[in-house]
Amino acid sequence: MNSHLHGTPRRATWLWATLIVATLLTWGMGASGATGRGAIAILAAISFWKGAVIILDFMALRHAPLLWRVVTLGWMIVVWAVIAIAYIKGLPQ
Amino acid sequence: MKQETLTAGTTAPMVQESRHRLAGDIAIWIFILAELLAFGVFFIAYAFTRANHIELFDAEQAALNRNAGALNTVLLLTASYFVVRAVQAAERLASAASARWLLAAIACGAGFVVVKLFEYAAAFEHNISLSSSPFHMFYLSLTVFHFMHVILGMVILTAMWNGARAGRYRPGDMNGLETGAAYWHMVDLVWLILFPLVYVIH
Repeated sequence: MNSHLHGTPRRATWLWATLIVATLLTWGMGASGATGRGAIAILAAISFWKGAVIILDFMALRHAPLLWRVVTLGWMIVVWAVIAIAYIKGLPQ
Repeated sequence: MKQETLTAGTTAPMVQESRHRLAGDIAIWIFILAELLAFGVFFIAYAFTRANHIELFDAEQAALNRNAGALNTVLLLTASYFVVRAVQAAERLASAASARWLLAAIACGAGFVVVKLFEYAAAFEHNISLSSSPFHMFYLSLTVFHFMHVILGMVILTAMWNGARAGRYRPGDMNGLETGAAYWHMVDLVWLILFPLVYVIH
Protein backbone atom coordinates (compact mmCIF):
# COMPACT_ATOMS: atom_id res chain seq x y z
CA MET A 1 0.00 0.00 0.00
CA ASN A 2 2.78 2.39 0.90
CA SER A 3 4.15 3.26 -2.51
CA HIS A 4 6.73 5.84 -1.29
CA LEU A 5 5.77 8.08 -4.19
CA HIS A 6 7.29 10.95 -2.24
CA GLY A 7 10.71 9.40 -1.54
CA THR A 8 12.51 9.05 1.77
CA PRO A 9 13.03 11.71 4.47
CA ARG A 10 16.80 11.21 4.10
CA ARG A 11 16.75 12.04 0.39
CA ALA A 12 14.45 15.04 0.96
CA THR A 13 16.82 16.40 3.64
CA TRP A 14 19.84 16.06 1.35
CA LEU A 15 18.02 17.77 -1.49
CA TRP A 16 16.93 20.61 0.82
CA ALA A 17 20.55 21.11 1.95
CA THR A 18 21.78 21.30 -1.66
CA LEU A 19 18.98 23.75 -2.51
CA ILE A 20 20.12 26.01 0.34
CA VAL A 21 23.76 25.81 -0.82
CA ALA A 22 22.65 26.67 -4.37
CA THR A 23 20.72 29.67 -3.01
CA LEU A 24 23.83 30.89 -1.17
CA LEU A 25 25.76 30.55 -4.43
CA THR A 26 23.21 32.72 -6.26
CA TRP A 27 23.28 35.25 -3.40
CA GLY A 28 27.11 35.26 -3.46
CA MET A 29 27.16 35.90 -7.21
CA GLY A 30 24.81 38.84 -6.68
CA ALA A 31 26.99 40.20 -3.88
CA SER A 32 30.14 39.91 -6.01
CA GLY A 33 28.48 41.84 -8.85
CA ALA A 34 29.14 39.05 -11.39
CA THR A 35 27.86 39.93 -14.85
CA GLY A 36 28.22 38.84 -18.48
CA ARG A 37 27.37 35.70 -20.45
CA GLY A 38 29.12 33.36 -18.01
CA ALA A 39 27.30 34.77 -14.97
CA ILE A 40 23.92 34.58 -16.71
CA ALA A 41 24.60 30.97 -17.78
CA ILE A 42 25.61 29.95 -14.22
CA LEU A 43 22.64 31.70 -12.57
CA ALA A 44 20.21 30.19 -15.11
CA ALA A 45 21.76 26.73 -14.62
CA ILE A 46 21.48 26.99 -10.81
CA SER A 47 17.86 28.16 -11.08
CA PHE A 48 17.04 25.35 -13.53
CA TRP A 49 18.63 22.72 -11.32
CA LYS A 50 16.73 23.96 -8.25
CA GLY A 51 13.50 24.01 -10.24
CA ALA A 52 14.16 20.46 -11.47
CA VAL A 53 14.52 19.26 -7.84
CA ILE A 54 11.18 20.90 -6.94
CA ILE A 55 9.48 19.46 -10.05
CA LEU A 56 10.90 15.93 -10.01
CA ASP A 57 11.23 15.26 -6.28
CA PHE A 58 9.10 17.68 -4.24
CA MET A 59 6.18 17.69 -6.71
CA ALA A 60 6.91 13.97 -7.34
CA LEU A 61 6.56 14.39 -11.11
CA ARG A 62 9.44 11.90 -11.48
CA HIS A 63 6.70 9.28 -11.09
CA ALA A 64 4.07 11.01 -13.21
CA PRO A 65 3.40 10.37 -16.91
CA LEU A 66 6.25 11.74 -19.06
CA LEU A 67 4.16 14.55 -20.55
CA TRP A 68 4.00 16.34 -17.16
CA ARG A 69 7.79 16.38 -16.87
CA VAL A 70 8.15 17.57 -20.45
CA VAL A 71 5.72 20.44 -19.91
CA THR A 72 7.08 21.65 -16.55
CA LEU A 73 10.81 21.22 -17.23
CA GLY A 74 10.20 22.53 -20.75
CA TRP A 75 8.57 25.64 -19.24
CA MET A 76 11.75 26.35 -17.25
CA ILE A 77 13.99 25.78 -20.27
CA VAL A 78 11.94 28.05 -22.54
CA VAL A 79 11.60 30.84 -19.95
CA TRP A 80 15.35 30.84 -19.18
CA ALA A 81 16.32 30.59 -22.85
CA VAL A 82 14.22 33.64 -23.75
CA ILE A 83 15.49 35.59 -20.70
CA ALA A 84 19.07 34.73 -21.72
CA ILE A 85 18.48 35.96 -25.29
CA ALA A 86 17.08 39.26 -23.96
CA TYR A 87 20.07 39.70 -21.61
CA ILE A 88 22.72 38.76 -24.14
CA LYS A 89 21.18 41.26 -26.57
CA GLY A 90 21.80 43.95 -23.93
CA LEU A 91 25.44 43.08 -23.23
CA PRO A 92 28.14 45.42 -24.60
CA GLN A 93 29.28 44.14 -28.02
CA MET B 1 4.11 -22.27 -13.06
CA LYS B 2 1.08 -20.99 -14.88
CA GLN B 3 -0.37 -19.80 -11.57
CA GLU B 4 2.84 -17.86 -10.75
CA THR B 5 2.77 -16.11 -14.09
CA LEU B 6 -0.82 -15.12 -13.57
CA THR B 7 -0.12 -13.76 -10.09
CA ALA B 8 2.85 -11.75 -11.30
CA GLY B 9 0.74 -10.47 -14.16
CA THR B 10 -2.01 -9.24 -11.87
CA THR B 11 0.07 -7.63 -9.10
CA ALA B 12 2.70 -5.83 -11.19
CA PRO B 13 0.29 -3.33 -12.78
CA MET B 14 -1.11 -2.45 -9.33
CA VAL B 15 2.36 -1.60 -7.97
CA GLN B 16 3.09 0.35 -11.09
CA GLU B 17 -0.15 2.28 -10.74
CA SER B 18 0.61 3.40 -7.19
CA ARG B 19 4.21 4.37 -8.00
CA HIS B 20 3.56 6.01 -11.35
CA ARG B 21 0.86 8.58 -11.02
CA LEU B 22 0.34 12.32 -10.77
CA ALA B 23 0.48 13.43 -7.10
CA GLY B 24 -2.63 15.53 -6.48
CA ASP B 25 -5.84 16.38 -8.28
CA ILE B 26 -5.69 16.84 -12.06
CA ALA B 27 -7.57 20.16 -11.65
CA ILE B 28 -4.77 21.69 -9.54
CA TRP B 29 -2.25 20.62 -12.17
CA ILE B 30 -4.19 22.36 -14.94
CA PHE B 31 -4.32 25.43 -12.66
CA ILE B 32 -0.55 25.15 -12.00
CA LEU B 33 0.17 25.05 -15.75
CA ALA B 34 -1.94 28.21 -16.23
CA GLU B 35 -0.03 29.92 -13.39
CA LEU B 36 3.34 28.89 -14.85
CA LEU B 37 2.30 30.29 -18.21
CA ALA B 38 1.22 33.62 -16.63
CA PHE B 39 4.45 33.98 -14.62
CA GLY B 40 6.51 32.91 -17.65
CA VAL B 41 5.02 35.66 -19.80
CA PHE B 42 5.63 38.15 -16.97
CA PHE B 43 9.31 37.10 -16.66
CA ILE B 44 9.90 37.35 -20.40
CA ALA B 45 8.21 40.78 -20.52
CA TYR B 46 10.55 41.91 -17.70
CA ALA B 47 13.64 40.69 -19.59
CA PHE B 48 12.70 42.41 -22.85
CA THR B 49 11.66 45.66 -21.15
CA ARG B 50 15.02 45.64 -19.37
CA ALA B 51 16.78 45.27 -22.73
CA ASN B 52 15.49 48.78 -23.55
CA HIS B 53 16.32 50.33 -20.15
CA ILE B 54 19.48 48.49 -19.08
CA GLU B 55 21.15 51.24 -17.04
CA LEU B 56 17.93 52.13 -15.24
CA PHE B 57 17.15 48.47 -14.43
CA ASP B 58 20.70 47.78 -13.21
CA ALA B 59 20.82 50.90 -11.00
CA GLU B 60 17.42 50.28 -9.41
CA GLN B 61 18.06 46.55 -9.02
CA ALA B 62 21.25 47.40 -7.10
CA ALA B 63 19.11 49.37 -4.61
CA LEU B 64 16.96 46.29 -3.80
CA ASN B 65 17.57 44.36 -0.60
CA ARG B 66 19.23 41.24 -2.06
CA ASN B 67 19.73 39.78 1.42
CA ALA B 68 15.98 39.90 2.04
CA GLY B 69 15.41 38.20 -1.33
CA ALA B 70 17.89 35.43 -0.49
CA LEU B 71 16.42 34.98 3.01
CA ASN B 72 12.97 34.64 1.46
CA THR B 73 14.30 32.01 -0.97
CA VAL B 74 15.62 30.00 2.00
CA LEU B 75 12.25 30.38 3.80
CA LEU B 76 10.24 29.19 0.78
CA LEU B 77 12.58 26.24 0.07
CA THR B 78 12.47 25.22 3.74
CA ALA B 79 8.66 25.48 3.76
CA SER B 80 8.57 23.25 0.66
CA TYR B 81 10.88 20.75 2.38
CA PHE B 82 8.59 20.71 5.44
CA VAL B 83 5.58 20.09 3.17
CA VAL B 84 7.42 17.12 1.61
CA ARG B 85 8.11 15.76 5.10
CA ALA B 86 4.41 16.23 5.98
CA VAL B 87 3.36 14.21 2.91
CA GLN B 88 5.96 11.51 3.68
CA ALA B 89 4.71 11.33 7.29
CA ALA B 90 1.12 10.87 6.06
CA GLU B 91 2.38 8.09 3.75
CA ARG B 92 3.63 6.36 6.90
CA LEU B 93 0.29 6.91 8.70
CA ALA B 94 1.93 9.43 11.08
CA SER B 95 -0.81 12.09 11.13
CA ALA B 96 0.45 13.95 14.20
CA ALA B 97 3.94 14.27 12.70
CA SER B 98 2.40 15.34 9.39
CA ALA B 99 0.49 18.13 11.17
CA ARG B 100 3.68 19.30 12.93
CA TRP B 101 5.60 19.51 9.63
CA LEU B 102 2.74 21.50 8.12
CA LEU B 103 2.75 23.90 11.05
CA ALA B 104 6.50 24.40 10.52
CA ALA B 105 5.83 25.11 6.83
CA ILE B 106 3.18 27.69 7.77
CA ALA B 107 5.71 29.36 10.11
CA CYS B 108 8.23 29.64 7.21
CA GLY B 109 5.50 31.08 4.99
CA ALA B 110 4.71 33.64 7.71
CA GLY B 111 8.43 34.46 7.85
CA PHE B 112 8.38 35.14 4.10
CA VAL B 113 5.38 37.47 4.55
CA VAL B 114 7.08 39.42 7.36
CA VAL B 115 10.34 39.86 5.38
CA LYS B 116 8.38 40.97 2.31
CA LEU B 117 6.33 43.50 4.32
CA PHE B 118 9.55 45.03 5.71
CA GLU B 119 10.88 45.20 2.15
CA TYR B 120 7.72 46.93 0.88
CA ALA B 121 7.74 49.37 3.83
CA ALA B 122 11.33 50.38 2.93
CA ALA B 123 10.36 50.69 -0.76
CA PHE B 124 7.39 52.95 -0.01
CA GLU B 125 9.61 55.11 2.22
CA HIS B 126 11.73 55.72 -0.89
CA ASN B 127 8.58 56.67 -2.83
CA ILE B 128 8.78 53.55 -4.99
CA SER B 129 5.49 52.98 -6.77
CA LEU B 130 4.10 51.29 -9.88
CA SER B 131 4.53 54.56 -11.81
CA SER B 132 7.97 55.62 -10.48
CA SER B 133 9.89 53.65 -13.16
CA PRO B 134 9.54 50.64 -15.52
CA PHE B 135 11.77 48.62 -13.16
CA HIS B 136 9.62 49.49 -10.11
CA MET B 137 6.48 48.65 -12.07
CA PHE B 138 7.83 45.14 -12.72
CA TYR B 139 9.40 44.75 -9.27
CA LEU B 140 6.15 45.64 -7.47
CA SER B 141 3.68 43.90 -9.76
CA LEU B 142 5.73 40.69 -10.06
CA THR B 143 6.52 40.41 -6.34
CA VAL B 144 3.00 41.45 -5.20
CA PHE B 145 1.45 38.94 -7.66
CA HIS B 146 3.72 36.27 -6.16
CA PHE B 147 3.04 37.53 -2.60
CA MET B 148 -0.70 36.96 -3.13
CA HIS B 149 0.08 33.38 -4.15
CA VAL B 150 2.05 32.92 -0.91
CA ILE B 151 -0.95 34.20 1.09
CA LEU B 152 -3.30 31.77 -0.70
CA GLY B 153 -0.70 29.02 -0.21
CA MET B 154 -0.73 29.67 3.54
CA VAL B 155 -4.53 29.43 3.63
CA ILE B 156 -4.24 26.08 1.81
CA LEU B 157 -1.47 24.89 4.18
CA THR B 158 -3.72 25.79 7.14
CA ALA B 159 -6.54 23.69 5.67
CA MET B 160 -4.05 20.82 5.17
CA TRP B 161 -2.87 21.25 8.79
CA ASN B 162 -6.48 20.92 9.98
CA GLY B 163 -6.93 17.83 7.81
CA ALA B 164 -3.75 16.23 9.14
CA ARG B 165 -4.75 16.96 12.75
CA ALA B 166 -8.09 15.24 12.08
CA GLY B 167 -6.17 12.24 10.67
CA ARG B 168 -7.84 12.69 7.27
CA TYR B 169 -4.81 11.72 5.12
CA ARG B 170 -3.55 8.16 4.79
CA PRO B 171 -2.02 5.98 2.07
CA GLY B 172 -4.65 5.60 -0.63
CA ASP B 173 -6.41 8.79 0.51
CA MET B 174 -3.70 11.43 0.01
CA ASN B 175 -5.39 13.50 -2.69
CA GLY B 176 -6.25 16.52 -0.53
CA LEU B 177 -2.76 16.68 0.97
CA GLU B 178 -0.96 16.15 -2.35
CA THR B 179 -3.12 18.72 -4.12
CA GLY B 180 -2.31 21.43 -1.59
CA ALA B 181 1.36 20.42 -1.57
CA ALA B 182 1.56 20.73 -5.38
CA TYR B 183 0.19 24.29 -5.18
CA TRP B 184 2.71 25.28 -2.50
CA HIS B 185 5.62 23.83 -4.51
CA MET B 186 4.45 25.85 -7.54
CA VAL B 187 4.68 29.05 -5.45
CA ASP B 188 8.25 28.05 -4.54
CA LEU B 189 9.14 27.07 -8.13
CA VAL B 190 8.11 30.46 -9.53
CA TRP B 191 10.19 32.28 -6.90
CA LEU B 192 13.26 30.26 -7.98
CA ILE B 193 13.19 32.21 -11.27
CA LEU B 194 11.89 35.49 -9.83
CA PHE B 195 14.71 35.86 -7.28
CA PRO B 196 17.70 35.59 -9.65
CA LEU B 197 15.88 37.51 -12.39
CA VAL B 198 14.74 40.54 -10.39
CA TYR B 199 17.33 40.65 -7.56
CA VAL B 200 20.57 39.27 -9.03
CA ILE B 201 21.10 39.11 -12.82
CA HIS B 202 22.34 42.33 -14.39
